[in-house]
This record gives sequence, structure tokens and C-alpha cells, in this order.
Amino acid sequence: MTTSDIRPILEIRDLGKDFGDFNVLRDISLDVMPSQVVVVIGPSGSGKSTLLRCCNCLEVPQRGSIRICDKDLVVDGKMLPDRELNALRMQVGMVFQGFNLFPHLSVLENVSIGPRKLRGMSAKASDELALSLLDKVGLKERASAYPAQLSGGQKQRVAIARALAMEPRVMLFDEPTSALDPELVGEVLQVMKALAAEGMTMIVVTHEMGFAREVADEVLVMDGTIIEHGKPEDVFSNPKQERTRTFLKCILSH
Amino acid sequence: MELDFSPVWRGWPDLLHGASVTVEITVASLVLSIIVGLCVGMARLDPGKRILYGTASAYVLFFRGTPLLVQLFLLFFGLPQFDILLPAFVCGVIGLGLYSGSYVSEVVRGAIQSIDRGQMEAARSMGMSYAHAMRYIILPQAVLRMVPPLGNEFIALIKNSALVSLLTISDLMHEGQKIISVSYRSLEVYIAVALIYLVLTTLAGQTLRLIEKRLRVGGMVQ
Ligand SMILES: Nc1ncnc2c1ncn2[C@@H]1O[C@H](COP(=O)(O)OP(=O)(O)O)[C@@H](O)[C@H]1O
Ligand SMILES: [Mg+2]
Repeated sequence: MTTSDIRPILEIRDLGKDFGDFNVLRDISLDVMPSQVVVVIGPSGSGKSTLLRCCNCLEVPQRGSIRICDKDLVVDGKMLPDRELNALRMQVGMVFQGFNLFPHLSVLENVSIGPRKLRGMSAKASDELALSLLDKVGLKERASAYPAQLSGGQKQRVAIARALAMEPRVMLFDEPTSALDPELVGEVLQVMKALAAEGMTMIVVTHEMGFAREVADEVLVMDGTIIEHGKPEDVFSNPKQERTRTFLKCILSH
Repeated sequence: MELDFSPVWRGWPDLLHGASVTVEITVASLVLSIIVGLCVGMARLDPGKRILYGTASAYVLFFRGTPLLVQLFLLFFGLPQFDILLPAFVCGVIGLGLYSGSYVSEVVRGAIQSIDRGQMEAARSMGMSYAHAMRYIILPQAVLRMVPPLGNEFIALIKNSALVSLLTISDLMHEGQKIISVSYRSLEVYIAVALIYLVLTTLAGQTLRLIEKRLRVGGMVQ
């Protein structure tokens, strides 16, 4: 993946984040190259969500720096000014564990509101874009439904379409299938696999080992910091750290 | 004791006129109180913005913590000392509006804070500004939750508006008192006045239930 003349989309250097006295993240450095899929695993409370949320400044890290698409998002606790921050956030799609769809808007409006209000697209153009994205996630026929009328798997696919409507350079997924009934997990992973195959750059927090094995270029094991990283087959079959072994045993027994 | 409602019938046109003034002043005050309530409610979302939050909190403290009648008299008898002469009706609307606005601001703040914070995060993570996210995502949902408490506030406003009769405004209460001053039939006239207020508050309550129902159709079941 790493060719010397290609710049990383995401560069994290010596990142540190505290909540009050509690040190959540420390010394995290990471490069994510275009089209790379990075899967992040780690025990609950190990800072996986916080790391993703730092990558679009939903949380502001106190130390270190994050560069996205060659722009400094945050350096030593200083964020980009609001206007530029909003522009950069458009390049970073985020999919949440709890979907966070807008319940007062139809499925179509959920997807089209971004391009219409933020990318200056006309109503017609944004509707067309939204419909094509809904088609892509297999929900074109539910365009006029409201989120409350959808299953969890459908909601998450709409949320993915909503994020894609901003045409992001990188997508962040925070346990996108953890809130789903087991039989609905597959349809969401399917969409994510297709996205990866198209060359989308992705950082995915998930405990779906099958997905990681199949799609990930790199697996990170977190526990406040990156305790281990490598190709999925190496990390899963041959973990170097005792903590990784314990953790893997724990999730595989479920 | 004998009841004699004939002064009520004779004065009926005046009472109806008074009722219409009461409706006008209540609606005007409600509009003002919603505008003020929205601004103050939103100003009190973030204690980190010290000056905004402090000013808004001081406003709420004063207007919720002092009697409405005192506030009305301050406007009506106090302002002329600074050579500010406002028509009685305007004083009444400002007084009622500011008083009610302090309660509405709490309704607004509560409704906004009751919206899951994931909504703001989802909007911001798409690149929306705070203002856009408020306008397109948070407020449309919060407004639904404001309607029932705002209905109660509207009804309270109708009843509280009787106090503006003391500012020489010819509202329902004032018209009633004028009839009493010539007929001395307090009981009968106050019964009639009470019943008219009851009709107004009932109508208001029903209109609000209708609005609430309207807002809920269209799939926005939540
Ligand atoms: N806003 C917050 N304020 C205080 N502590 C927080 C906050 N968000 C997360 N934490 C704490 O930070 C730690 C890491 O959280 P998180 O990043 O959500 O972990 P993970 O996603 O790996 O389960 C947890 O102990 C959590 O309680
Ligand atoms: Mg998490």
C-alpha cells in the first residue's frame, strides 16, 4: 500500500486525550493511506470511539496533531477555525453505532440534506444523488419512509448513504453493527465491503473478525494506545502481546 | 338574595369587545414571549459562554422571581420618569411578553436539551455549522416537544392578562369592572366574566390539541 509518492489521507502524530484527570488516549501515531481499510479492535473503554471522534473534532485532543487531506485539523489542542473545520468535516464521513438518523426527515431527506444545504446542490440534483446512493445501499424503494419505520440494518444503511452524500475522502465507522440484531449484521457489512472494494478509505471499529480478515489491510489493537498492529492474519493468528491474546480469546468465545 | 343578570345583558357588547382586546393582547404577548423565549432559551444552552449565559439567566431570575403586577407597574408608572411614554396596550404586551418569555425560555431550553446529543453530533460531523444544525435538525424536533407546554403557557397568559386592566386597558376584566361601577352587580358580572375567560381558555386548549395532532402526522412519530 505504501508508495512513497502517495500522501496519507490521515496522519495522526503523538495524539493524547484526557477527560479531566482520566487519560484516555496517549502517544497514538497512525498513517492511513488512500483506499486503505484499517480495523480497530480493543476492549470496551479502551478509547476506540474517542480516537474516531478526535478524527473529526467531535472531541478535541489536548496533545499531538491530526492532519487530514494535507490540512491540519488539530495541533496541540488548537482546532481549525469553524469555517474551515466544517469544510474539512465534509471530507470525513462518520457512521455511528446508534445510527443518529434525523427522525423528522424522510429517508430521502436524510441523505439529501447534506448536499443541498452544504454543497450548494439544487433540490433536483441532491434528490437524484440521494436516490442513487439509496439504490447503492439497497433502499431506493424506502426513500419516502421515515427512520422510525425502518429496521436497524436499514437505518444503518441509510446512515452510510447519508455520509456518502458528502463525497468524503475517508469514512469512520464506530461499531456500526453492534446495535443490530444478529440477522441484520450481514446486510450492513455487505455495504461496507462493497465500499472498501470501490477504494474508499475506511477506519472501522468493529469486533466482526470475519469482516476484518476479509477486508482490513491493517488491524490495530487499542488499549489507550496502539498496543499492536499488523496484517489481520498476523494479529489474529500470531499476536505478540499478551493483552491482545487475552482480548481475542475473550471476543472469540462469544 | 336575588340574582339580576340584566346589567350583563345590557353590557354584553362591551364585554365582547373586552374579550376581543384580551385575545389581542394575549396573542401579541405570546408572539413576543416566544421570540424572547427562543433567544433566551438558546442563550442558556452553554454556560461556557459566560456573558450571554449570565445575561439570559439574570433575565429569567428577575422575571420569574418578581410578581407580574410589579413588573407591569414598573413599565407603566416607572418608564414615564425617564420620559418614555408608551401606550398602555404596548406596556401590557411588553410586560406580559417578558414575564411569559422567562417561562417559555425554560420550555425552549428543556426541549432542545431533550433532543439526543447524537443528533447534533451527526449534523456537525457532516460539516454543518452550529447554526445550521440548530435550524434544520435540532429545532424542528424540539418544537414538537415545546407545543404542549407552550399551550399551558398560552392559557396562563390569557388568565394573567386580566392584570392589565389595572393599566387602564379595556380588556375583558376592565369592561366587567366598568359595568359593576354603574350597576353594583359584582357577583353576576364576575360570573359572566369568569365564564367568558373559561370559554377563551377552553378554545385555546382545543386549538392547541389540534395543532399538536397536525404536527404529529406525516410520519414524525417519535
Ligand atoms: N465525554 C466523556 N467524558 C468523560 N469520559 C469519557 C467521555 N467519553 C468517553 N469517556 C471515557 O473514556 C474512556 C474511553 O471511551 P471510549 O472511547 O468510548 O471507549 P471505547 O469506544 O473503546 O469503548 C471510557 O472509560 C469512557 O468512560
Ligand atoms: Mg465505543
